[in-house]
Amino acid sequence: MKMLHDTKLMFIRNMQHTLRSPIFVFVSMFQPLMYLLLFMPLLNGLGGVPGLPSGKTVDVFIPGLLVLQALFGSAFVGFSLIDDIRTGVIERFLVTPVKRPAILLGRVLRDALVLLIQCVLITLVAIPFGLSVNVGGFFLSLLLYALIGITMASISYGFALIYKIEDPLAPTLNTITLPLSLLSGIILPLALAPIWLQDLAKINPFSYAVNAARALFAGNFQNIGIAEGFIVIGVLAIVVFLWGLRSLKKMAS
Amino acid sequence: MIEDLVIETKGLRKTFISKERGGKKEVEAVKGIDLTVRKGEIYGFLGPNGAGKSTTQKMLSTLLCPTSGEAKVLGYDLAKQQEQIRQNVGCVSQAGGADLSSTGVENLVLQAQLYGLDILTAKKYAAEFAERFQMNSFVDRPAQSYSGGQKRRLDIALGMIHHPQLLLLDEPTSGLDPQSRAYLWGEIKKLKAEGVTIFLTTQYMDEADKLCDTIAIIDNGKIIVTGTPAELKSSVGGDTLIFNFLSEETARKAETLLTEKIQAERIQTTDHSVHLNIKDGERMMPDLLRLLDAKNLETQTVTLSRPSLDDVFLKYTGRSLREDERK
Repeated sequence: MKMLHDTKLMFIRNMQHTLRSPIFVFVSMFQPLMYLLLFMPLLNGLGGVPGLPSGKTVDVFIPGLLVLQALFGSAFVGFSLIDDIRTGVIERFLVTPVKRPAILLGRVLRDALVLLIQCVLITLVAIPFGLSVNVGGFFLSLLLYALIGITMASISYGFALIYKIEDPLAPTLNTITLPLSLLSGIILPLALAPIWLQDLAKINPFSYAVNAARALFAGNFQNIGIAEGFIVIGVLAIVVFLWGLRSLKKMAS
Repeated sequence: MIEDLVIETKGLRKTFISKERGGKKEVEAVKGIDLTVRKGEIYGFLGPNGAGKSTTQKMLSTLLCPTSGEAKVLGYDLAKQQEQIRQNVGCVSQAGGADLSSTGVENLVLQAQLYGLDILTAKKYAAEFAERFQMNSFVDRPAQSYSGGQKRRLDIALGMIHHPQLLLLDEPTSGLDPQSRAYLWGEIKKLKAEGVTIFLTTQYMDEADKLCDTIAIIDNGKIIVTGTPAELKSSVGGDTLIFNFLSEETARKAETLLTEKIQAERIQTTDHSVHLNIKDGERMMPDLLRLLDAKNLETQTVTLSRPSLDDVFLKYTGRSLREDERK
Protein backbone atom coordinates (compact mmCIF):
# COMPACT_ATOMS: atom_id res chain seq x y z
CA MET A 1 0.00 0.00 0.00
CA LYS A 2 2.69 2.44 1.06
CA MET A 3 4.67 1.53 -2.06
CA LEU A 4 1.66 2.37 -4.22
CA HIS A 5 1.04 5.63 -2.34
CA ASP A 6 4.68 6.73 -2.58
CA THR A 7 4.94 5.72 -6.24
CA LYS A 8 1.86 7.79 -7.00
CA LEU A 9 3.37 10.83 -5.23
CA MET A 10 6.64 10.47 -7.11
CA PHE A 11 4.86 9.90 -10.42
CA ILE A 12 2.78 13.05 -9.97
CA ARG A 13 5.85 15.05 -8.97
CA ASN A 14 7.73 13.97 -12.11
CA MET A 15 4.70 14.43 -14.32
CA GLN A 16 4.40 18.01 -13.04
CA HIS A 17 7.98 18.57 -14.17
CA THR A 18 7.18 17.24 -17.63
CA LEU A 19 4.02 19.32 -17.92
CA ARG A 20 5.90 22.46 -16.96
CA SER A 21 7.63 22.30 -20.34
CA PRO A 22 5.41 20.00 -22.44
CA ILE A 23 7.11 21.20 -25.62
CA PHE A 24 9.93 18.70 -24.98
CA VAL A 25 7.51 15.80 -25.33
CA PHE A 26 7.16 16.92 -28.95
CA VAL A 27 10.76 17.94 -29.50
CA SER A 28 11.93 14.41 -28.80
CA MET A 29 9.51 13.15 -31.45
CA PHE A 30 11.45 15.06 -34.06
CA GLN A 31 13.91 12.26 -34.78
CA PRO A 32 11.35 9.53 -35.57
CA LEU A 33 9.35 11.99 -37.68
CA MET A 34 12.49 12.71 -39.69
CA TYR A 35 12.93 8.98 -40.29
CA LEU A 36 9.30 8.79 -41.34
CA LEU A 37 9.51 11.69 -43.78
CA LEU A 38 13.07 11.50 -45.07
CA PHE A 39 14.07 7.85 -44.76
CA MET A 40 10.95 5.72 -45.24
CA PRO A 41 10.57 6.78 -48.92
CA LEU A 42 13.94 5.09 -49.55
CA LEU A 43 12.55 1.81 -48.30
CA ASN A 44 9.62 1.93 -50.69
CA GLY A 45 12.11 1.42 -53.52
CA LEU A 46 13.48 -1.64 -51.74
CA GLY A 47 10.08 -3.35 -51.44
CA GLY A 48 10.33 -7.01 -52.36
CA VAL A 49 13.73 -7.75 -50.76
CA PRO A 50 13.73 -10.35 -47.94
CA GLY A 51 11.96 -8.94 -44.88
CA LEU A 52 10.30 -6.09 -46.76
CA PRO A 53 7.17 -7.24 -48.61
CA SER A 54 6.56 -4.94 -51.57
CA GLY A 55 3.89 -2.29 -51.08
CA LYS A 56 3.88 -2.87 -47.32
CA THR A 57 7.17 -1.34 -46.23
CA VAL A 58 5.38 1.20 -44.00
CA ASP A 59 3.70 -1.63 -42.05
CA VAL A 60 7.12 -3.14 -41.31
CA PHE A 61 8.94 0.12 -40.72
CA ILE A 62 6.60 1.87 -38.26
CA PRO A 63 6.57 -0.77 -35.48
CA GLY A 64 10.37 -0.79 -35.64
CA LEU A 65 10.50 3.00 -35.65
CA LEU A 66 8.49 3.02 -32.42
CA VAL A 67 11.04 0.65 -30.87
CA LEU A 68 13.72 3.10 -31.96
CA GLN A 69 11.80 5.91 -30.26
CA ALA A 70 11.49 3.79 -27.11
CA LEU A 71 15.25 3.18 -27.17
CA PHE A 72 16.49 6.71 -27.84
CA GLY A 73 13.61 8.71 -26.39
CA SER A 74 14.03 7.09 -22.97
CA ALA A 75 17.80 6.71 -22.98
CA PHE A 76 18.66 10.25 -21.89
CA VAL A 77 16.25 10.72 -19.00
CA GLY A 78 19.18 10.26 -16.60
CA PHE A 79 20.20 13.89 -17.08
CA SER A 80 17.15 15.07 -15.15
CA LEU A 81 18.15 12.79 -12.29
CA ILE A 82 21.67 14.26 -12.16
CA ASP A 83 20.07 17.66 -11.71
CA ASP A 84 18.06 16.31 -8.78
CA ILE A 85 21.18 14.74 -7.27
CA ARG A 86 23.13 17.98 -7.57
CA THR A 87 20.47 20.14 -5.94
CA GLY A 88 20.13 17.66 -3.07
CA VAL A 89 16.56 16.65 -3.95
CA ILE A 90 17.36 12.93 -4.01
CA GLU A 91 19.14 13.10 -0.64
CA ARG A 92 16.13 14.93 0.76
CA PHE A 93 13.84 12.15 -0.47
CA LEU A 94 16.17 9.49 0.94
CA VAL A 95 15.99 10.84 4.50
CA THR A 96 12.18 10.75 4.44
CA PRO A 97 10.37 7.44 5.01
CA VAL A 98 9.52 7.23 1.28
CA LYS A 99 10.00 3.74 -0.17
CA ARG A 100 13.23 3.58 -2.18
CA PRO A 101 11.77 1.81 -5.24
CA ALA A 102 9.03 4.48 -5.44
CA ILE A 103 11.65 7.17 -6.13
CA LEU A 104 12.70 5.34 -9.32
CA LEU A 105 9.30 3.85 -10.18
CA GLY A 106 7.68 7.29 -10.18
CA ARG A 107 10.24 8.37 -12.76
CA VAL A 108 10.20 5.36 -15.10
CA LEU A 109 6.40 5.26 -15.13
CA ARG A 110 6.35 8.95 -16.11
CA ASP A 111 8.88 8.19 -18.85
CA ALA A 112 6.75 5.27 -20.06
CA LEU A 113 3.63 7.44 -20.22
CA VAL A 114 5.41 10.17 -22.19
CA LEU A 115 6.72 7.51 -24.57
CA LEU A 116 3.26 6.04 -25.12
CA ILE A 117 1.84 9.47 -26.00
CA GLN A 118 4.65 9.85 -28.55
CA CYS A 119 4.02 6.35 -29.96
CA VAL A 120 0.31 7.07 -30.50
CA LEU A 121 1.07 10.40 -32.18
CA ILE A 122 3.74 8.91 -34.49
CA THR A 123 1.34 6.11 -35.46
CA LEU A 124 -1.40 8.63 -36.24
CA VAL A 125 1.01 10.63 -38.41
CA ALA A 126 1.96 7.41 -40.25
CA ILE A 127 -1.62 6.52 -41.22
CA PRO A 128 -1.75 8.98 -44.18
CA PHE A 129 1.45 7.26 -45.41
CA GLY A 130 -0.56 4.09 -45.91
CA LEU A 131 -0.05 2.37 -42.56
CA SER A 132 -2.56 -0.38 -41.89
CA VAL A 133 -2.50 -1.64 -38.34
CA ASN A 134 -4.43 -4.19 -36.28
CA VAL A 135 -6.05 -2.11 -33.52
CA GLY A 136 -5.88 -4.80 -30.81
CA GLY A 137 -2.30 -5.57 -31.79
CA PHE A 138 -1.44 -1.89 -31.63
CA PHE A 139 -2.69 -1.52 -28.06
CA LEU A 140 -0.78 -4.64 -27.00
CA SER A 141 2.34 -3.26 -28.67
CA LEU A 142 2.06 -0.15 -26.48
CA LEU A 143 2.70 -2.38 -23.48
CA LEU A 144 5.81 -3.68 -25.20
CA TYR A 145 7.08 -0.14 -25.92
CA ALA A 146 6.39 0.83 -22.32
CA LEU A 147 8.57 -2.08 -21.16
CA ILE A 148 11.37 -1.02 -23.53
CA GLY A 149 11.04 2.55 -22.25
CA ILE A 150 11.26 1.36 -18.64
CA THR A 151 14.33 -0.70 -19.52
CA MET A 152 16.19 2.17 -21.16
CA ALA A 153 15.13 4.70 -18.51
CA SER A 154 16.35 2.37 -15.76
CA ILE A 155 19.73 1.98 -17.48
CA SER A 156 19.95 5.75 -17.85
CA TYR A 157 19.06 6.37 -14.19
CA GLY A 158 21.43 3.63 -13.05
CA PHE A 159 24.39 5.29 -14.76
CA ALA A 160 23.28 8.75 -13.61
CA LEU A 161 23.34 7.48 -10.01
CA ILE A 162 26.79 5.98 -10.49
CA TYR A 163 28.39 8.97 -12.26
CA LYS A 164 26.46 11.80 -10.55
CA ILE A 165 27.84 14.17 -13.23
CA GLU A 166 26.75 14.77 -16.83
CA ASP A 167 30.00 14.42 -18.77
CA PRO A 168 30.37 10.62 -18.96
CA LEU A 169 26.63 9.94 -19.21
CA ALA A 170 25.97 10.83 -22.87
CA PRO A 171 28.89 8.81 -24.33
CA THR A 172 27.96 5.82 -22.15
CA LEU A 173 24.34 5.88 -23.26
CA ASN A 174 25.26 6.37 -26.93
CA THR A 175 27.63 3.42 -26.72
CA ILE A 176 24.80 1.26 -25.44
CA THR A 177 21.93 2.42 -27.65
CA LEU A 178 23.68 2.54 -31.02
CA PRO A 179 24.63 -1.18 -31.31
CA LEU A 180 21.28 -2.15 -29.79
CA SER A 181 19.42 -0.26 -32.51
CA LEU A 182 21.70 -1.37 -35.36
CA LEU A 183 21.40 -5.01 -34.31
CA SER A 184 17.62 -5.02 -34.11
CA GLY A 185 16.64 -4.71 -37.78
CA ILE A 186 14.83 -1.42 -37.30
CA ILE A 187 16.29 0.60 -40.16
CA LEU A 188 16.78 -2.27 -42.58
CA PRO A 189 15.54 -5.85 -42.18
CA LEU A 190 18.03 -8.29 -40.67
CA ALA A 191 17.08 -10.74 -43.39
CA LEU A 192 19.49 -8.73 -45.55
CA ALA A 193 22.35 -9.24 -43.11
CA PRO A 194 25.16 -11.81 -43.38
CA ILE A 195 24.78 -14.83 -41.12
CA TRP A 196 27.27 -13.63 -38.46
CA LEU A 197 25.36 -10.37 -38.10
CA GLN A 198 22.07 -12.27 -37.82
CA ASP A 199 23.61 -14.46 -35.12
CA LEU A 200 24.81 -11.39 -33.27
CA ALA A 201 21.30 -9.92 -33.45
CA LYS A 202 19.96 -13.03 -31.73
CA ILE A 203 21.66 -12.01 -28.49
CA ASN A 204 20.16 -8.52 -28.75
CA PRO A 205 16.95 -8.45 -26.69
CA PHE A 206 15.57 -5.59 -28.75
CA SER A 207 15.56 -7.59 -31.98
CA TYR A 208 12.96 -9.81 -30.27
CA ALA A 209 11.00 -6.69 -29.40
CA VAL A 210 11.03 -5.54 -33.02
CA ASN A 211 9.80 -8.96 -34.23
CA ALA A 212 7.04 -8.95 -31.64
CA ALA A 213 5.97 -5.39 -32.49
CA ARG A 214 5.79 -6.18 -36.21
CA ALA A 215 3.70 -9.29 -35.57
CA LEU A 216 1.35 -7.29 -33.32
CA PHE A 217 0.89 -4.52 -35.91
CA ALA A 218 0.07 -7.15 -38.53
CA GLY A 219 -2.32 -8.90 -36.13
CA ASN A 220 -0.43 -12.24 -36.36
CA PHE A 221 -1.32 -13.23 -32.81
CA GLN A 222 -0.29 -16.86 -33.34
CA ASN A 223 3.28 -15.73 -33.98
CA ILE A 224 5.52 -17.17 -31.25
CA GLY A 225 7.70 -14.05 -31.59
CA ILE A 226 5.10 -12.02 -29.65
CA ALA A 227 5.45 -14.12 -26.49
CA GLU A 228 9.24 -14.22 -26.94
CA GLY A 229 9.38 -10.43 -27.23
CA PHE A 230 7.31 -9.86 -24.09
CA ILE A 231 9.26 -12.39 -22.05
CA VAL A 232 12.70 -11.14 -23.12
CA ILE A 233 11.89 -7.45 -22.62
CA GLY A 234 9.83 -8.08 -19.47
CA VAL A 235 12.69 -9.93 -17.77
CA LEU A 236 15.20 -7.34 -18.97
CA ALA A 237 13.07 -4.48 -17.63
CA ILE A 238 12.90 -6.10 -14.19
CA VAL A 239 16.62 -6.87 -14.09
CA VAL A 240 17.77 -3.38 -15.08
CA PHE A 241 15.23 -1.71 -12.80
CA LEU A 242 16.61 -3.70 -9.86
CA TRP A 243 20.13 -2.72 -10.95
CA GLY A 244 19.12 0.95 -10.99
CA LEU A 245 17.53 0.54 -7.57
CA ARG A 246 20.78 -0.93 -6.29
CA SER A 247 22.64 2.16 -7.51
CA LEU A 248 20.13 4.35 -5.69
CA LYS A 249 20.55 2.43 -2.46
CA LYS A 250 24.34 2.52 -2.87
CA MET A 251 24.19 6.29 -2.91
CA ALA A 252 23.13 6.00 0.70
CA SER A 253 25.64 3.53 2.13
CA MET B 1 20.02 4.67 27.84
CA ILE B 2 19.23 7.74 29.87
CA GLU B 3 15.73 9.06 29.32
CA ASP B 4 16.54 12.54 28.07
CA LEU B 5 19.28 11.69 25.59
CA VAL B 6 18.18 12.35 22.04
CA ILE B 7 21.37 11.26 20.32
CA GLU B 8 23.85 8.86 21.79
CA THR B 9 26.73 7.43 19.79
CA LYS B 10 29.64 5.19 20.69
CA GLY B 11 32.68 4.91 18.48
CA LEU B 12 30.85 6.00 15.34
CA ARG B 13 33.21 5.53 12.40
CA LYS B 14 33.00 6.00 8.66
CA THR B 15 35.62 5.09 6.10
CA PHE B 16 35.32 5.66 2.38
CA ILE B 17 37.19 3.84 -0.33
CA SER B 18 38.73 6.35 -2.67
CA LYS B 19 40.17 5.30 -5.98
CA GLU B 20 43.52 6.79 -6.72
CA ARG B 21 46.35 6.16 -9.09
CA GLY B 22 48.06 2.99 -8.00
CA GLY B 23 45.04 1.40 -6.33
CA LYS B 24 42.38 2.01 -3.78
CA LYS B 25 42.93 3.89 -0.59
CA GLU B 26 40.86 3.90 2.56
CA VAL B 27 39.97 7.33 3.83
CA GLU B 28 38.78 7.61 7.40
CA ALA B 29 36.34 10.52 7.41
CA VAL B 30 35.00 10.01 10.93
CA LYS B 31 37.31 8.28 13.38
CA GLY B 32 35.19 7.01 16.23
CA ILE B 33 32.89 9.63 17.68
CA ASP B 34 31.08 9.57 21.03
CA LEU B 35 28.20 12.00 21.23
CA THR B 36 25.53 12.69 23.81
CA VAL B 37 22.89 15.19 22.82
CA ARG B 38 20.31 16.03 25.49
CA LYS B 39 16.66 16.69 24.86
CA GLY B 40 15.83 20.30 24.08
CA GLU B 41 19.33 21.61 23.54
CA ILE B 42 21.07 23.09 20.54
CA TYR B 43 24.15 20.98 20.02
CA GLY B 44 26.80 22.56 17.87
CA PHE B 45 29.22 20.50 15.85
CA LEU B 46 31.98 22.95 15.08
CA GLY B 47 34.91 22.38 12.79
CA PRO B 48 36.62 23.33 9.54
CA ASN B 49 35.68 22.04 6.10
CA GLY B 50 36.40 18.35 5.69
CA ALA B 51 36.50 17.69 9.44
CA GLY B 52 33.76 15.06 9.19
CA LYS B 53 30.78 17.18 10.22
CA SER B 54 28.55 16.40 7.25
CA THR B 55 29.53 12.74 7.25
CA THR B 56 28.47 12.46 10.89
CA GLN B 57 25.21 14.25 10.17
CA LYS B 58 24.53 11.95 7.22
CA MET B 59 25.08 8.91 9.40
CA LEU B 60 22.67 10.23 12.00
CA SER B 61 20.02 10.87 9.33
CA THR B 62 20.39 7.27 7.98
CA LEU B 63 21.79 8.53 4.67
CA LEU B 64 25.16 6.90 5.27
CA CYS B 65 25.80 3.56 6.94
CA PRO B 66 28.41 3.75 9.71
CA THR B 67 31.45 1.54 9.09
CA SER B 68 31.45 0.67 12.78
CA GLY B 69 30.19 1.88 16.11
CA GLU B 70 26.68 2.23 17.41
CA ALA B 71 24.18 5.00 17.75
CA LYS B 72 20.75 5.67 19.15
CA VAL B 73 18.67 8.48 17.74
CA LEU B 74 15.49 9.32 19.69
CA GLY B 75 15.96 5.96 21.36
CA TYR B 76 15.92 4.08 18.05
CA ASP B 77 18.83 1.92 17.00
CA LEU B 78 20.52 3.46 13.98
CA ALA B 79 21.41 0.06 12.54
CA LYS B 80 17.97 -1.54 12.89
CA GLN B 81 15.26 1.08 13.17
CA GLN B 82 15.97 3.40 10.26
CA GLU B 83 12.29 3.71 9.31
CA GLN B 84 11.38 5.11 12.72
CA ILE B 85 14.35 7.47 12.69
CA ARG B 86 13.41 8.80 9.24
CA GLN B 87 9.83 9.34 10.33
CA ASN B 88 10.74 11.29 13.46
CA VAL B 89 13.86 13.24 12.55
CA GLY B 90 13.95 16.35 10.39
CA CYS B 91 16.99 16.87 8.23
CA VAL B 92 18.32 19.81 6.24
CA SER B 93 21.43 19.07 4.21
CA GLN B 94 23.97 21.61 3.11
CA ALA B 95 22.57 21.58 -0.44
CA GLY B 96 19.10 22.08 1.02
CA GLY B 97 17.33 19.88 -1.46
CA ALA B 98 14.44 22.08 -2.51
CA ASP B 99 13.15 21.25 -5.96
CA LEU B 100 14.06 24.47 -7.76
CA SER B 101 11.59 24.28 -10.62
CA SER B 102 8.69 23.75 -8.21
CA THR B 103 7.15 26.46 -6.07
CA GLY B 104 7.70 26.64 -2.33
CA VAL B 105 4.16 25.40 -1.69
CA GLU B 106 4.54 22.45 -4.07
CA ASN B 107 7.78 21.51 -2.33
CA LEU B 108 6.23 21.72 1.14
CA VAL B 109 3.07 19.81 0.25
CA LEU B 110 4.98 16.94 -1.38
CA GLN B 111 7.41 16.78 1.55
CA ALA B 112 4.53 16.51 4.02
CA GLN B 113 2.94 13.78 1.90
CA LEU B 114 6.22 11.85 1.84
CA TYR B 115 5.94 11.72 5.63
CA GLY B 116 2.57 10.04 5.19
CA LEU B 117 0.32 13.04 5.78
CA ASP B 118 -2.87 13.29 3.73
CA ILE B 119 -3.24 16.06 1.17
CA LEU B 120 -5.43 18.32 3.35
CA THR B 121 -3.10 18.16 6.34
CA ALA B 122 -0.14 18.61 3.99
CA LYS B 123 -1.65 21.79 2.57
CA LYS B 124 -2.50 23.05 6.04
CA TYR B 125 1.07 22.50 7.29
CA ALA B 126 2.50 24.09 4.15
CA ALA B 127 0.41 27.22 4.76
CA GLU B 128 1.44 27.26 8.43
CA PHE B 129 5.13 27.11 7.63
CA ALA B 130 4.82 29.70 4.87
CA GLU B 131 3.31 32.01 7.48
CA ARG B 132 5.76 31.13 10.19
CA PHE B 133 8.92 31.63 8.12
CA GLN B 134 7.46 34.77 6.49
CA MET B 135 7.45 33.20 3.05
CA ASN B 136 3.99 34.29 1.92
CA SER B 137 5.30 36.90 -0.49
CA PHE B 138 7.29 34.37 -2.52
CA VAL B 139 6.08 30.88 -1.64
CA ASP B 140 3.97 30.58 -4.82
CA ARG B 141 6.94 31.33 -7.07
CA PRO B 142 9.34 28.65 -8.35
CA ALA B 143 12.19 28.17 -5.88
CA GLN B 144 14.83 28.98 -8.50
CA SER B 145 13.84 32.66 -8.21
CA TYR B 146 14.53 32.80 -4.45
CA SER B 147 17.38 34.70 -2.81
CA GLY B 148 19.84 32.70 -0.71
CA GLY B 149 18.05 33.57 2.51
CA GLN B 150 14.60 32.79 1.10
CA LYS B 151 15.75 29.41 -0.19
CA ARG B 152 17.30 28.57 3.18
CA ARG B 153 13.99 29.32 4.89
CA LEU B 154 12.25 26.95 2.51
CA ASP B 155 14.93 24.28 3.16
CA ILE B 156 14.40 24.51 6.91
CA ALA B 157 10.61 24.51 6.52
CA LEU B 158 10.98 21.32 4.45
CA GLY B 159 12.97 19.74 7.27
CA MET B 160 10.40 20.79 9.87
CA ILE B 161 7.17 20.12 7.95
CA HIS B 162 6.32 16.92 9.87
CA HIS B 163 7.06 18.52 13.26
CA PRO B 164 10.03 16.31 14.21
CA GLN B 165 11.40 16.22 17.76
CA LEU B 166 14.95 16.38 16.44
CA LEU B 167 16.23 18.59 13.64
CA LEU B 168 19.60 18.01 11.98
CA LEU B 169 20.91 21.17 10.34
CA ASP B 170 24.02 21.03 8.18
CA GLU B 171 25.63 24.48 8.01
CA PRO B 172 22.33 26.34 7.93
CA THR B 173 23.75 29.83 7.39
CA SER B 174 26.79 29.24 5.20
CA GLY B 175 26.94 31.75 2.38
CA LEU B 176 24.14 33.96 3.71
CA ASP B 177 24.16 37.71 4.22
CA PRO B 178 24.21 39.03 7.83
CA GLN B 179 20.48 39.87 7.95
CA SER B 180 19.47 36.41 6.73
CA ARG B 181 21.82 34.81 9.25
CA ALA B 182 20.37 36.84 12.10
CA TYR B 183 16.85 35.94 10.97
CA LEU B 184 17.64 32.22 10.86
CA TRP B 185 19.34 32.32 14.25
CA GLY B 186 16.13 33.79 15.63
CA GLU B 187 14.07 31.02 14.04
CA ILE B 188 16.41 28.31 15.31
CA LYS B 189 16.12 29.71 18.84
CA LYS B 190 12.33 29.71 18.49
CA LEU B 191 12.40 26.05 17.52
CA LYS B 192 14.43 25.30 20.63
CA ALA B 193 11.93 27.24 22.72
CA GLU B 194 9.23 24.94 21.33
CA GLY B 195 11.13 21.94 22.62
CA VAL B 196 12.83 20.78 19.42
CA THR B 197 16.31 19.38 19.89
CA ILE B 198 18.70 20.73 17.29
CA PHE B 199 21.94 19.21 16.09
CA LEU B 200 23.73 21.84 14.08
CA THR B 201 27.00 21.68 12.19
CA THR B 202 28.83 24.90 11.55
CA GLN B 203 32.20 26.31 10.71
CA TYR B 204 31.35 29.70 12.19
CA MET B 205 32.58 30.44 15.70
CA ASP B 206 30.10 33.24 16.27
CA GLU B 207 27.21 31.00 15.25
CA ALA B 208 28.23 28.22 17.64
CA ASP B 209 28.81 30.78 20.39
CA LYS B 210 25.46 32.57 19.99
CA LEU B 211 23.21 29.58 19.39
CA CYS B 212 24.53 26.47 21.04
CA ASP B 213 24.09 25.07 24.52
CA THR B 214 26.78 22.49 23.96
CA ILE B 215 29.58 22.55 21.44
CA ALA B 216 31.74 19.70 20.24
CA ILE B 217 34.80 20.76 18.29
CA ILE B 218 35.64 18.29 15.56
CA ASP B 219 38.87 18.22 13.62
CA ASN B 220 40.18 15.54 11.32
CA GLY B 221 37.30 13.17 12.08
CA LYS B 222 37.71 13.31 15.83
CA ILE B 223 36.00 15.24 18.59
CA ILE B 224 38.69 17.25 20.31
CA VAL B 225 36.73 18.83 23.11
CA THR B 226 33.11 19.17 24.24
CA GLY B 227 31.47 21.65 26.57
CA THR B 228 29.25 24.70 26.88
CA PRO B 229 30.58 27.77 25.07
CA ALA B 230 31.40 29.32 28.47
CA GLU B 231 33.26 26.21 29.67
CA LEU B 232 35.25 25.98 26.49
CA LYS B 233 36.20 29.61 26.61
CA SER B 234 37.16 29.53 30.25
CA SER B 235 39.28 26.46 29.56
CA VAL B 236 41.48 28.69 27.43
CA GLY B 237 42.22 30.87 30.44
CA GLY B 238 40.62 33.91 32.01
CA ASP B 239 39.37 37.18 30.68
CA THR B 240 41.60 40.13 30.10
CA LEU B 241 40.90 43.28 32.16
CA ILE B 242 42.65 46.51 31.35
CA PHE B 243 42.52 49.39 33.88
CA ASN B 244 43.62 52.78 32.67
CA PHE B 245 44.87 55.42 35.07
CA LEU B 246 45.80 59.08 34.79
CA SER B 247 49.46 58.54 35.61
CA GLU B 248 52.02 55.80 35.54
CA GLU B 249 52.50 56.27 39.25
CA THR B 250 48.88 55.48 40.01
CA ALA B 251 49.14 52.48 37.74
CA ARG B 252 52.17 51.19 39.69
CA LYS B 253 50.32 51.59 42.96
CA ALA B 254 47.30 49.81 41.58
CA GLU B 255 49.49 46.94 40.38
CA THR B 256 51.01 46.51 43.83
CA LEU B 257 47.59 46.59 45.47
CA LEU B 258 46.04 44.10 43.05
CA THR B 259 49.00 41.74 43.33
CA GLU B 260 48.52 41.64 47.10
CA LYS B 261 44.76 41.22 47.09
CA ILE B 262 43.86 38.88 44.27
CA GLN B 263 44.94 35.71 42.50
CA ALA B 264 45.46 36.69 38.91
CA GLU B 265 47.18 34.61 36.29
CA ARG B 266 49.09 37.60 35.08
CA ILE B 267 49.44 41.23 36.14
CA GLN B 268 51.41 43.56 33.99
CA THR B 269 51.73 47.33 33.86
CA THR B 270 52.47 49.20 30.68
CA ASP B 271 52.53 52.98 30.70
CA HIS B 272 49.31 54.15 32.39
CA SER B 273 47.49 50.86 32.37
CA VAL B 274 47.37 47.58 34.25
CA HIS B 275 46.68 44.37 32.31
CA LEU B 276 45.16 41.59 34.28
CA ASN B 277 44.41 38.00 33.23
CA ILE B 278 41.74 36.66 35.49
CA LYS B 279 39.00 34.03 35.63
CA ASP B 280 35.45 35.32 35.63
CA GLY B 281 36.49 38.89 34.82
CA GLU B 282 32.94 40.14 34.45
CA ARG B 283 32.07 39.32 38.06
CA MET B 284 35.40 40.46 39.41
CA MET B 285 35.37 43.89 37.82
CA PRO B 286 33.03 45.71 40.31
CA ASP B 287 34.95 44.32 43.31
CA LEU B 288 38.24 45.39 41.84
CA LEU B 289 36.94 48.88 41.13
CA ARG B 290 35.74 49.23 44.74
CA LEU B 291 39.11 48.00 45.97
CA LEU B 292 40.93 50.61 43.89
CA ASP B 293 38.48 53.34 44.90
CA ALA B 294 39.00 52.59 48.59
CA LYS B 295 42.69 53.45 48.13
CA ASN B 296 41.86 56.55 46.10
CA LEU B 297 43.35 55.09 42.94
CA GLU B 298 41.03 56.65 40.42
CA THR B 299 40.34 54.52 37.38
CA GLN B 300 39.75 56.33 34.08
CA THR B 301 38.50 53.44 31.92
CA VAL B 302 38.17 49.66 32.18
CA THR B 303 38.10 47.23 29.27
CA LEU B 304 37.04 43.61 29.52
CA SER B 305 37.83 41.21 26.72
CA ARG B 306 36.77 37.60 26.82
CA PRO B 307 38.39 34.65 25.09
CA SER B 308 36.62 33.62 21.89
CA LEU B 309 35.97 30.17 20.48
CA ASP B 310 38.73 31.03 18.03
CA ASP B 311 41.10 30.88 20.98
CA VAL B 312 39.55 27.55 21.96
CA PHE B 313 40.09 26.08 18.51
CA LEU B 314 43.63 27.41 18.52
CA LYS B 315 44.35 25.90 21.92
CA TYR B 316 43.10 22.41 21.06
CA THR B 317 44.21 22.06 17.45
CA GLY B 318 47.21 24.36 17.34
CA ARG B 319 45.68 26.05 14.30
CA SER B 320 43.27 28.88 13.76
CA LEU B 321 39.96 27.96 12.16
CA ARG B 322 40.26 30.98 9.86
CA GLU B 323 43.65 29.78 8.61
CA ASP B 324 41.99 26.58 7.47
CA GLU B 325 39.41 28.50 5.50
CA ARG B 326 42.02 30.46 3.66
CA LYS B 327 43.76 27.34 2.38
